[in-house]
Amino acid sequence: MTNYDVIIVGGGHNGLICANFLAKTGKSVLVLEAREAPGGCAATNEIHPGFNVSACAQWLDLLNPSLIQELKLEKYGLQFAAKNLKTIGLNSDGNHVFLSHDSVDGKNISDEDKTSYIDFKVKMLKYAKLLKKVFESRAPKLVEHNWTDRITLAKLALGMKFLGKEDMNDLMRLILINIYDVMEESFENQNLKALISFDGVMGGYMGPRSPNTVFNFLYKLVGETYGYYGSSQIKGGMGALGESLAAAAKDAGVEIRLGDRVARINKTGSRVSGVTLDDGEVIYSAIIVSNADPFSTFNNLLGLRNIEAGMARRVTQIRRKSGTAKLHLALDTAPNFLGLDSEQMGQRLVIAPDMNYIERAFNSVKYGEYSPTPAIDISVSSLNDETLAPSGKHVLSAIVQYAPYEPDGGWDVHRDIFAKNSIDLIEQYAPGIKDSILSHQLLTPKDLESIYGMTGGQWHHVEMTLDQVLMMRPFPGASQYGVDVDGLYLCGAGTHPGGGLMGLAGKNAATEIIKRGSEA
Amino acid sequence: MNENDVMMLKTPFHSRVEAACEINLWGNWMGYTTPDAYFDVELEYFAVRSTTGVFDLSPMNKYRISGPDAAHFLDRMMTRNMHKLAIDRVAYVVWCNDAGQLMDDGTVFRLAENEYRLCSYAKANDWLYWCSLGFDVTITDETAEVAALAVQGPTSCSTLTAMGLEGLEELKPFDIRNYRFDGEILSVSRTGFTGDLGYELWITPSKAEDLWDRLFEAGKQFLIKPFGSHALDIARIETGFVQAGVDFVMAQDLIRPGRSRSPLEMGLGWLVDFEKTHFNGRRALLKERETGSRYRFVILDVDGNKPADHSFILKGDKQVGNVTSAAWCPTAKSNVAFAQIEMPYGEFGEELTAEIYYERELHWTRVLAPCRVLDGPVFNPGRRRQTPAVAF
Ligand SMILES: Cc1cc2nc3c(=O)[nH]c(=O)nc-3n(C[C@H](O)[C@H](O)[C@H](O)COP(=O)(O)OP(=O)(O)OC[C@H]3O[C@@H](n4cnc5c(N)ncnc54)[C@H](O)[C@@H]3O)c2cc1C
Repeated sequence: MTNYDVIIVGGGHNGLICANFLAKTGKSVLVLEAREAPGGCAATNEIHPGFNVSACAQWLDLLNPSLIQELKLEKYGLQFAAKNLKTIGLNSDGNHVFLSHDSVDGKNISDEDKTSYIDFKVKMLKYAKLLKKVFESRAPKLVEHNWTDRITLAKLALGMKFLGKEDMNDLMRLILINIYDVMEESFENQNLKALISFDGVMGGYMGPRSPNTVFNFLYKLVGETYGYYGSSQIKGGMGALGESLAAAAKDAGVEIRLGDRVARINKTGSRVSGVTLDDGEVIYSAIIVSNADPFSTFNNLLGLRNIEAGMARRVTQIRRKSGTAKLHLALDTAPNFLGLDSEQMGQRLVIAPDMNYIERAFNSVKYGEYSPTPAIDISVSSLNDETLAPSGKHVLSAIVQYAPYEPDGGWDVHRDIFAKNSIDLIEQYAPGIKDSILSHQLLTPKDLESIYGMTGGQWHHVEMTLDQVLMMRPFPGASQYGVDVDGLYLCGAGTHPGGGLMGLAGKNAATEIIKRGSEA
Repeated sequence: MNENDVMMLKTPFHSRVEAACEINLWGNWMGYTTPDAYFDVELEYFAVRSTTGVFDLSPMNKYRISGPDAAHFLDRMMTRNMHKLAIDRVAYVVWCNDAGQLMDDGTVFRLAENEYRLCSYAKANDWLYWCSLGFDVTITDETAEVAALAVQGPTSCSTLTAMGLEGLEELKPFDIRNYRFDGEILSVSRTGFTGDLGYELWITPSKAEDLWDRLFEAGKQFLIKPFGSHALDIARIETGFVQAGVDFVMAQDLIRPGRSRSPLEMGLGWLVDFEKTHFNGRRALLKERETGSRYRFVILDVDGNKPADHSFILKGDKQVGNVTSAAWCPTAKSNVAFAQIEMPYGEFGEELTAEIYYERELHWTRVLAPCRVLDGPVFNPGRRRQTPAVAF
C-alpha cells in the first residue's frame, strides 16, 4: 500500500507550484497527471514534424515573479525568448496601432488619444495594484471572524481609501459597467479601443459590451504590476514552463507520475482517503489537492452524490462556458504581414479592427455558432525562438475568438470551414501565408477540454465574473482552497485569484494547507 | 401553515368536509382550504382520544421517488439509515442542509423495491431536485394525485375492520397493507400524528368521497367524528410530536443566521445514524456532537392551567429559553410546553420558571409559573403499539 502525505490531482502549473511548496515543508507529495507532459495548459506540442507551438497558452504576462525566484525556475531551464512585446493592432490598410505599456503610436492615432492612453493606464494601474495585494493571500470568507481574513478585507478597504474619493468612486462605477463604454468615454480611435477592449474579453465568454469585462481587463493588467511590460514568450514554447516547474518539484522531493489519470477521489466518512486511477490502482493519502477544475473535481472525481447536496447544487451552477479556440500553422516560409518588419512581426499581433467587430464575433457564439470573422491574437513565435521550427521555417500560434463548445451538427461538419475562415482572415493581413502552410491544427473548446481536461475548455476553469471571484470563487463555501470535504483542497485556476499562468492559486493553496498543519 | 399561500385549493374530500364543518372555521394549509375545527375543538380532540377521529390530510406534500438509486438517494438525504427500511414499512425521518440544520421532517413509505413515497410538511421540490444530482431517480410531486385520511383513536381499528378491512389488527406500527376498494387500491398504514392507535388511508382522489362515506357509515357505531387542525395540535403536543415551522424554523426559510436548529438540538438525535458514512449534514453534526449543541429541546410540565404560549423560560432571573408550542392536555391532565433551552440548562428534572402572559378582557396578566423538565411526552398509551390492535 503506497501512502503519501499529499496527492495532487493534475500537474498543471498550479498543481506543480503547490507541490513544490508543500514538498519544501518536508511532506511526501505525489503528483498524478493525466497527460504525458507536465504543465497542463502550459504545453508545447509538435504540430508537424519539427514544428512546435505553445499548444494552449501562448503568452506569459501574469506569472508571479516571486515564483520564478523562489522556485529558481531559471536554474531549472526557464528562459524567456522575448520579453515586453508590444501589441500591434492590425489594420488592412497597413496603418497599424502600436501599443506598449506606456505609449500608443500609429498613423491615425491623435495626440489626444496618446495623452489619454497615458492617463488611462495610470488610473487603471492603481486599480490593478489593489487587486495585486488581494491576490497574494487567500480570499476572505463571506462571513468571517478570522483575523487573517479581516486583514485581507482591511487591505482591500484601506487600499480603496488610499485611492482617494474620486478614484474610488470611479472604480466602483467602472467595475460595474463594461469595457465598451469605458473605451467610448476614453478614446477616439476605433482600432485602439478594440485593442484595449480585447484584453477585457480574452478567454471569457463575453463581448466588449458584456458585464465583467472591466474586471477581466484589470485582472490581466495585474501582470504589469509584476513588471511584465507587455507579453513575453518562453523559449521552447510554454511547455518549458511546465518542464521547469516539474524539474524544480522533483528536486524538492515531489514524485510526479505522468500519463496517470485519476478516475475517482475516494472518501471515507467526511474525509478523503485517496484516489483510484483509471487502471484501478488505489493510492492513499489523507490530503488530496485538485488541480482539475472544480466542476470536474466534484462532478466527475468525487461524484455529486458523495458531497453535500447544497454544494452539489452550487457545483452544477458554476458558469464555465468558453468561446476560445486555438489555431496553429506550420509555415514553409516566414509570413509577411503588411506594413510590418520582421522584428515587429514577432510581437503580439491582434486582428480586431473595432469594438463592434469583436461584439459581432461574440454574437455568433451566443447562438451556438462560430464567428465568420473572429478576433484573433497571433504569435509568430518562431521569429523569437529558432528552436521551434526548422531553419528558415516558421510556426504561428493564434488565440481565436469566438467558437462555441460545439456547434449544431458537431465540429466534424464545421471544423474545416471555421479553420479556413480564420486562415483566410489572416491572409488578408499577411498575403501569401496560405500558400506557405504545411499543415494546420484547430483546437476547439471541445478539443481543449478533451486534451487538457478543463470542463468546457474554459480558460480560467471557472468564468471570471464578479459573482465568481474573490470569496465567491469557485463558489461560496469553497473559497479558501478547502471545501466541505475534510482533506480535500482545490489549487487550480478555478480558485482565487483565478486563471491564466499566474501561479498564485497553487501557491496560496499550499500556504493554506501548511497553515492548517495537523488540522489540514 | 404558510400565510403566504392563498386558500385556492380544495381537497378531494372537500364536499364532505364542508358539509361536516358546522362552525365554518377554515384555515389555510399549503393553499388548501382546511378546517381548523368542525364543531368544537375539545370534543373533536376527545373523539381522537376516546373513539375515532378523522382528519383530512390530503394537502400533505407527497413525492414519489423511484428508480434504481431511490434507496441510495434517500439514504444520502435523510439522517436515518434508509437501507434498513423494508418494503411495506414506513419511517419517520428528518433531513438537514449542509450545515446540519433541520430543513423538515416527514415520513418515507417504501411501496416496492425501488418505489418510495415521501410525505413532507413543507414543499420540497427544489431540495429534492438538488439532492437528486448524481442519482438515477425520478421524483414526482403526487400531492394532488393521492387523497389521504388519518383515522385515529381507540376505535379506529374496529371502525376500519367494520368497513371491510380484514386482518387490519395484525398491522404493526409503521406497517403498510394494501386493500381493494371499488377496483382501486386503498393503501393503509399504521401511522399518525396523534400518538394513539391509528391509521392513515391513501387512495386515488376519484374514490375519496366514497371512502369518506363508507368510513363514516362503518364508524357510526364507534362514534366516529371528523377533527380539525386545532384538535390535532393538542393531540400532537400531548404526545410529544414537534412540528416543522412551529417548533423549529426550517433552515431553508431562515433569514437570521443562528435561528435554525439541528436534529440533536431538537431531541431528534435518535434519528441520526452516525454509523452511516455519508448523509447530508453529517460532517456538521459530527462536529456538533464533538463540540456540543447550543440548545436543548425540552418538554415542560407547567404548573397551573394557563397554556405557556410564547413564554420566556427563566432559571432564577436569567432567561434561558422560550416556548414554541403549549397546550393544556386534557387526557394527561397536564399543562405541557415545548421549549428551546440554552445549554447547559434543561436537564431532566430541572426546575425552571415559565413567564406567562395572558389576556382577559383587554387586561394583561403576567404569571411566573414553576415548571419542570420531563423525560418524555405525557401521553403514550400502550394501545398505540400493541399488536394485534386491541378492539374497543
Ligand atoms: C486556448 C487558451 C489559451 C490560453 N492562453 C493563455 C495565455 O496566452 N496566457 C495565459 O496566461 N493564460 C492563457 N490561458 C489560460 C491558462 O492556460 C490557464 O488558465 C492555466 O494554464 C490554468 O492552469 P492550472 O494549472 O490551474 O490548470 P491546467 O493548466 O488546466 O492544469 C490542470 C491539469 O490537471 C490535469 N488533470 C485534470 N483532470 C485530471 C485527472 N482526473 N487526473 C489527472 N490529471 C488531471 C490536466 O491534464 C492538466 O494538466 C489560455 C487558456 C486557453 C484555454
